Formats: sequence, structure tokens, C-alpha cells
Amino acid sequence: MLDKVDVLIIGSGASGAAAAWSLADTKMRILCLEQGDWMQQSDYPSNGRDWEARQFGDYATRPNIRARPTDYPINDDASPIKVVNFNGVGGSTIMYTGHYPRMHPSDFKVRSLDGVAADWPVDYATLEPFFAENDRMMGVSGLAGDPAYPPKTAPMPPLPLGKSGARFGRAMNDLGWHWWPSDTTLATTEYDGRAPCINLGHCTPACTQGAKASTDITYWPHAIRAGVELRTRCRVREITTGADGMASGVIYYDADGKEQFQPAEIVILACNGIGTPRLLLNSASARFPNGLANSSGLVGKNLMFHPYAQIYGYVDEPVDSNRAPPLCLWSQEFYETDPNRDFVRGYTFQFGRGVGLVTEAVSSAAAGRLPWGADHHAAFRQLANRRIGLSAICEDLPEDHNRVTLDPVLKDSHGIPAPKVEYTIGANTQRMMAHSIARAHEILAAAGARNIAVESPILNGGWHLLGTARMGRDPAASVVNEWGRCHDVKNLFIIDGSIWVTSGGVNPTSTIQALALYIADAIKQRLATLFD
Amino acid sequence: MQTQFLTLDEARDLRCLAGMMIPPSAELGMPGADDPAITADMQASIGRDLEDVRTALAELVALAGGPFADLPPARQDILAARWRAVERPALATLRRVILQCYYRDDRVVRALGREARPPFPKGNVLEQGDWSLLDPVRARPKMWRDVAGG
Ligand SMILES: Cc1cc2nc3c(=O)[nH]c(=O)nc-3n(C[C@H](O)[C@H](O)[C@H](O)COP(=O)(O)OP(=O)(O)OC[C@H]3O[C@@H](n4cnc5c(N)ncnc54)[C@H](O)[C@@H]3O)c2cc1C
Repeated sequence: MLDKVDVLIIGSGASGAAAAWSLADTKMRILCLEQGDWMQQSDYPSNGRDWEARQFGDYATRPNIRARPTDYPINDDASPIKVVNFNGVGGSTIMYTGHYPRMHPSDFKVRSLDGVAADWPVDYATLEPFFAENDRMMGVSGLAGDPAYPPKTAPMPPLPLGKSGARFGRAMNDLGWHWWPSDTTLATTEYDGRAPCINLGHCTPACTQGAKASTDITYWPHAIRAGVELRTRCRVREITTGADGMASGVIYYDADGKEQFQPAEIVILACNGIGTPRLLLNSASARFPNGLANSSGLVGKNLMFHPYAQIYGYVDEPVDSNRAPPLCLWSQEFYETDPNRDFVRGYTFQFGRGVGLVTEAVSSAAAGRLPWGADHHAAFRQLANRRIGLSAICEDLPEDHNRVTLDPVLKDSHGIPAPKVEYTIGANTQRMMAHSIARAHEILAAAGARNIAVESPILNGGWHLLGTARMGRDPAASVVNEWGRCHDVKNLFIIDGSIWVTSGGVNPTSTIQALALYIADAIKQRLATLFD
Repeated sequence: MQTQFLTLDEARDLRCLAGMMIPPSAELGMPGADDPAITADMQASIGRDLEDVRTALAELVALAGGPFADLPPARQDILAARWRAVERPALATLRRVILQCYYRDDRVVRALGREARPPFPKGNVLEQGDWSLLDPVRARPKMWRDVAGG
């Protein structure tokens, strides 16, 4: 048996890294187990001429396609949106794009304001200092003064508008609609050892120059210097419990495939909205027959993805295409509920800059825009470097039939049952998506785009994994309490996107990390009475 | 036994399809996708796509009743159109294998006005753009909803 640790964190992604760093100042013995590897920037796609091709292979965003030894399979056949993630030090922040809006104050009060779903047991004001601390640690670039948000500042200036951003800005002004340069986690100045972005343009699979804030280069170096241990290639199979009903530690497979038992005083789950319910369900025992921390029956339920509608078109002169980060602007014109619409809640538009030559050719050929034969060249010249587009990030409401369970057949390389995802897009969200597509057509027309194409929902767009172990004060209606502790197991905490009550209409990672820091702080404040 | 590469017949058929998909254009200075350097790249980099490409080529051979590349061009056109009529994963992979090698070829990339290099380490320059465009948005009243208790 290995030496007992004070705090065991499972998962080194966005939330696990933030909590590890925050807890380090307690000087407790903290260990993080991560099933993946440390990543090497020299291996990232934009080092080579095959940089675009690798997004279809070893740097695919879908684990089922990427199929690295460190990935686990996910049965998402019963979902129109496929799960994307990354398993390694930094978790899915290795692959994320770094669009970094916060939730809005209203997002925490959807029942009181709009009569749907449930209010959160925390609010924006409570999280505000943790948003700010996280912005500083991740290194956020952005511009103060956005009328869509309560006042906030970013430590670095925003990304340039570029040709695409200016074109969209003019179009939005013509329509009289809100837009603002996006908050991003791409460095625009020297920052905590990171150089300013040099526009490699291929942020999503992984940033070769390290301008994008993945947690392997932000939180982790600080946490490790402060004494946290991070063990890689350690895949946790189950959380064990003692006779007292408390978590006693975990069983994991080490890098050699050997089974290990790691005892711990406190266990913190940070495996994301799919990995966390999977692990809780795989930790069923005689005492917890329906899975650990699942007396409410809500573990795995209420999965929310944020269905994305993507709309793009082609303009008559070259734009930035992939010679810049895809991130650019956002619009929250349609974010807050408007009683004149046929849906409640709302969405953010995330504006992009375009794609590379290979991506353009592959997607246009699939869509029938790029003919075979003599006309191919002329057609491609109308497409290459001329695409502009935007996506609507639509709020998904919690519905308990959208869920993660254990697949009865599928297993990972260690024989651990794999997750199964069943998901349909709710009626409110469908109406919202239709609204966003209509507005996006107007925006693209105002921006001078033709040949408009729509992908709705984005098939490989299951990047926001939320809601599968929700937070709340009532143990019958939630899995964790208002500071992340499981109602059923008093030394077990959950800090990833699983604990979200509702999804808001923004990319979630800023809020996931603010919540992780808030929960870590709650643990620190209560150390003497933590298990009461 | 599965080899790591396409057989000679498979490679000939793939090359023939590539040339039909993207023929050369002397006027634009573009090679065809059946150019030897581009097809050599397809062979060398096929990796995990091999199985799908083989499946798609086998479907074509079944339609052709033998090696596709040996047929007269008019017959090839008819069969290739029939073979392409129904979208399926193996066909999409084969098409991608051709396109991803073609659109990273130095001559092609340069002819399209891009530098023939990976993004790193040189990167690109992104112009700032006109920030005064934001003035009307700055002038807007606040848009977020106030909530009781924060
Ligand atoms: C392609 C892509 C683009 C995205 N773009 C954006 C964006 O622009 N903005 C944004 O806000 N969000 C974006 N996201 C989402 C963002 O990455 C996630 O919200 C965030 O990383 C979630 O943090 P987390 O801590 O919950 O989980 P993760 O970051 O996913 O980390 C979970 C970690 O747990 C580990 N783990 C899981 N199970 C086990 C186990 N049994 N044993 C050991 N380790 C385990 C995993 O290996 C992983 O490293 C994107 C994601 C992807 C994939």
C-alpha cells in the first residue's frame, strides 16, 4: 500500500490544476493522479507540414478517433453531438480554443428570473474574486468596458481585430447589435513565462509556442513548485469507502498496468462531466449500490453540452483565415431572456476568422462545394482564405433523460467500463438554435458573405461537459452541496463541470475554474470542521 | 496479409482517382493530385487511414470488375460518378487523403499565395484593425440583468 496523502485529486485538467495550486498553500500532502501524459510542445501539430492532417488522427478532438493509449472510449452513438476532450496533463485545456467568457449574474438565477430549471446555490458576486484570481493565473487577454458584463478587467490587452474582426465589427454596427473583442486565454504580452501569441493559427489541437493557457503551463508549474505531486499514466478505476462510509482512497492502474491502492484523507474529483459520473458509477459497492454519492439518483443525469450552431460564408477578398487564432469577437445581443422570443434564456455568438487550406478543401468537398475535375481549381479559389463564420453557443437546460451511464459492453484498455451518453436537444434549445441561425444569416449578409452554410448542431461539438453531478442544498435534488462536498460522502468533493446546475450560454472553463478555486477556498476555510 | 502500404494496383487506382479529382492546370501553374510527389506523400503518410482507403478502392474495383486505372477514361468517369454518389466514411477518408496531401504540397501552397512552411516557428502577422469601430458599442447602456443578492 502506498503512503496516505491528505488530498488526492483525480484529473489534472482545468479544475484539478486550479484546486491543486490553491490547496498547495496549506502545506498538506497533495497528490494528483492523471491517466494521461505530460505533453511535449515539440510534438504538437503546428511544428510540421502535416499540421492540418493531424486533426484527423492523433490530434483529433474526439477521443474515439484519436484513440491514444491514454484515452478511454465513449459510446456516444445515441447523441447527435459527439464528445470531445483531451486526456493528459492539462486535460481538455490542451485542446480547448481558449474562448473565455464568464457566466453572467443572471445565469445563476434561472428559476427566479425565468421560471425554468433551478437556481444555483452560489452566485456571481460570490465567485467574482475567484474569477479575478483565475484570470490572473491563466493569463487572460481582453478589453474592459463590455456593456454585456459587470465591470471586470483582464491582465492583458485583447487579440487584434484583424481583417475578419473588423469586417464583423462593421456588420454588427450596421445591424446595431452588440459585439466585443473576446476574452481569451491567449497571451498578447509576455506573461508568466509565456510569450505573446505569434499567430500560429492552430490553437485548438494544442499551442506549440505556449501562448495559449493550458493548465500544464499555467497552474501546474506553480503547484509543483509549491510541493504538489502529479503522477501521470495513473488511471483510477474506483473510489473506495471504509466502514464509516467515508472515502478511503482509490484503486488505480499505474504506468505499468499494475493495480495500486492509494489511501487519502480527502478525495477530489476533477475528471469532467463525463469522467466524473463514470468514476462514481464505477465505484458502486454494497453500501452504495447505485454508485458512489448517488442517493439522489442524479449522478450522470442532466448532461448539458451547449449545442452549437455554426454558420459561415465566403467573402470576395482574402481575410485572416488560419493565419491568426480562430478567436476574435463575441456578441451577447441575444444572451438575456427576451419575452418577445419563443424561447427562454439565450446564447453567445463566437466569431471566427477562417480555416486553413486543407480544412477548407476537406469540408468543402464533403459539403459538395468543391467539384471534381477541371472546375476544381476555380471553385477552390473562391473559397480559400475567404471564409468567415460564427457559432452560437446555446444554453442547454437540464433534462434528466440526457445522461451518462456505464456501457454494458464497452471497456477501456484496463477493462474499466466505459461511459455511455444518451442525449437529445431540448425543444427550448432547438428554438434558440433556429433563432441564432436566422440572426447569423443576417450578420453574414451584412458582412458581405455569400454561399452561406450551416452545421447545426456541430457534430464534433461535445466540448462542454456539464451537469452530471449537480450542486444544491437539498440532498434529494443534488449530488454536492453549495461548496462542492458530496452530500453522501463527507470527504469526497467534485470540482469539475459536473456540478453545474444550469449551463449558461457561454464557454464554461472560466467559470469551472472559478468554481474550483472557490471550492478549494471553502475547504481551506473549513479545515477544522470539514467533515462535520 | 495487410501491408502497411497500398498494393501497386491500389496505388495506381488511387493515383488515377486523384488525377480525376484534381487535374493539373498549366494556366494556374498547379500540378494535378496525381503528381508523383503528391501521390508518394499519400502512400507515405496513409497510416491509420489505410483500411478506409482500401475499402473505398475495393468498392471501386468491384464496380469496375478489375483495376480501375486500366479502364478507358470515359468509362472511368461514369464509374467514378456512380461510386461517389453515396457519401460514406470510407469515401470521405479517401477524399481527405488526397486533399490533405495536395493542399500541403509546396507548389500548390505557393500558387495559392501562402508560404510553404509549418506555422511554427515563424507564425503570422495579424493587423490590429480599427478599434474606433467599437465606439458605438462602448456607448451602449449596460445589458446584463441585475439580480437580487449578486
Ligand atoms: C476541442 C475543444 C475546444 C474547447 N474550447 C473551449 C473554449 O474555447 N472555451 C472554453 O471555455 N472551453 C473550451 N473547451 C472545454 C474545456 O476544455 C473544458 O471545459 C475544461 O477543460 C473542463 O475542465 P475539467 O477540469 O472539468 O476537465 P478536463 O480539463 O477535461 O480534465 C479532466 C482530466 O481528468 C482526467 N481523468 C479522467 N478520468 C480519469 C481517471 N479515471 N483517472 C485518472 N485521470 C482521469 C483526464 O485525463 C483529464 O486530464 C474545449 C474543449 C475541447 C475538447
